Amino acid sequence: MIILTVDKTKDWMKEIQQRMADNKDQLTALDQAIGDGDHGINMARGFHEVVAKINHATYDSVADVLKSAAMTLMAKVGGASGPLYGTAFLKMSLAMQGKEVDQDVFKQSINDAAEGLQDRGKADFGEKTMYDVWKQVSNFLEEEDVEDWHGILEVCQATIEDTREMTATKGRASYLKERSRGHVDPGSMSSFYIFEALDEVLDLEA
Amino acid sequence: MKKVINNANHVVHEMLDGLVAAYPDSLKRLPGTTVITRSDAPVQGKVGIVSGGGSGHEPAHAGYVGRGMLDAAVAGEVFTSPTPDQIIEAIKAVDSGNGVLLIIKNYTGDVMNFEMAQEMAEMEGINVDRVIVNDDVAVEDSTFTVGRRGIAGTIFVHKIAGAMADTGASLLEVKAAAEKTIVNVRSMGVALSSCTLPAAGKPSFTLADDEMEIGIGIHGEPGIERVPLEEADRLTTILVNKILQDIDYEQEEVAVMVNGLGATPEMELHIVNRKLSQLLKEKDIAVYKNWVGEYMTSLDMEGFSVTLLKLDSELKSLLVKDVKTIAFQV
Repeated sequence: MIILTVDKTKDWMKEIQQRMADNKDQLTALDQAIGDGDHGINMARGFHEVVAKINHATYDSVADVLKSAAMTLMAKVGGASGPLYGTAFLKMSLAMQGKEVDQDVFKQSINDAAEGLQDRGKADFGEKTMYDVWKQVSNFLEEEDVEDWHGILEVCQATIEDTREMTATKGRASYLKERSRGHVDPGSMSSFYIFEALDEVLDLEA
Repeated sequence: MKKVINNANHVVHEMLDGLVAAYPDSLKRLPGTTVITRSDAPVQGKVGIVSGGGSGHEPAHAGYVGRGMLDAAVAGEVFTSPTPDQIIEAIKAVDSGNGVLLIIKNYTGDVMNFEMAQEMAEMEGINVDRVIVNDDVAVEDSTFTVGRRGIAGTIFVHKIAGAMADTGASLLEVKAAAEKTIVNVRSMGVALSSCTLPAAGKPSFTLADDEMEIGIGIHGEPGIERVPLEEADRLTTILVNKILQDIDYEQEEVAVMVNGLGATPEMELHIVNRKLSQLLKEKDIAVYKNWVGEYMTSLDMEGFSVTLLKLDSELKSLLVKDVKTIAFQV
């Protein structure tokens, strides 16, 4: 069963852009608590650029859309989020190259994206980063039947709540050590919006 | 929030245009990029030196472009690392065939973006190496890969590497001089107020009138400890003691920098420098050269940082070697 098409992938990016724009202030506030306070600004700008780019292009495959999104994020976002999200989408694209995106290809792509994030960010699980969310989503997809994939959002939310009580050891929040506890990781939250947008467009019933 | 800006989304581009308009003879902007280079780049026979980082640290980084220091500076969005495509443009513009050294401050985003640019430039056949500055003692050395942050000590690394490159040294030799500087430089800062990002429109954090934040970074990220406000002498002593706990400068010669974070009057920086010079004298540390001013700021933050660089004869000669930039004089 094909679950992502070129049009659906474009819709996914638009849904992400909408969420980043709507939640720009919230993401920025989270980042002000434990980082440098620009995460919402950067994500909103980055996905605005992604949508501008893909709206004006035609694509033959889902892989091409995601590659285009990845390159745009790397070139337009900067900071740590640019290379990290750029890497995640690029790894998804590579896993989908030359294939139609059914559930197995999709599972593999999320798995590769999580591994890409781990390599690029030199992060391990439980270090209060966006990698925690991607890893948990990847684990979840491995275990569940496609009919239950709506559960992605619960997995994300639970992971985000877990990051609240963690002490950061990676990224800018790590400089705060114990003071990072009690705050949700902003990268985990922006990753939640990416999966929330995905849930919106994923064709699970077809 | 009151800011002299037009549109928060255009601050970086408009700043760079204004900068080049002020120094048309010495600086140029690579069209369509956020890269500022020496107007005579690439300089034949010389290793190119590229640094950069988020905007909002002015005069860093473009203020250090010029003879004897940087060949190019890459500006990111405010407090956000520049992107790999921009860094690659800078590398290409300053490479004369002798290779390029990247000077990176140890922040996760900066390291990732510069690393990616290095990998891509090397694929195009350019010889690129990098050093990572980590002078901030507020963040203790640890097993974490992030380690210490890079702050105002970076200016000394620019200076020493730039002077070395001017001698016609190889990329490896320039890198070695930069790393020797990194090993010997330490900094620490304190904030009395937050800064306000143009696009955020409100302060990154709040400090009460009677509070200060010790160990602040240069991005408005909170420091390590929030304590009651102290007078200048006590503040200076806290910072210097923390630095001297980390590295023993006794009976050594040092370069000293008191760096304002953007909204501290020069008067107050000199008051800090007065106490600093007394403290160093008491500890039998000789001041070889002393800079006081704004070198690595944090937008409109009140506060300052102190930087000490332990010198040997080689570093001394490179430190005072002729330099021509907007923001750094010997």
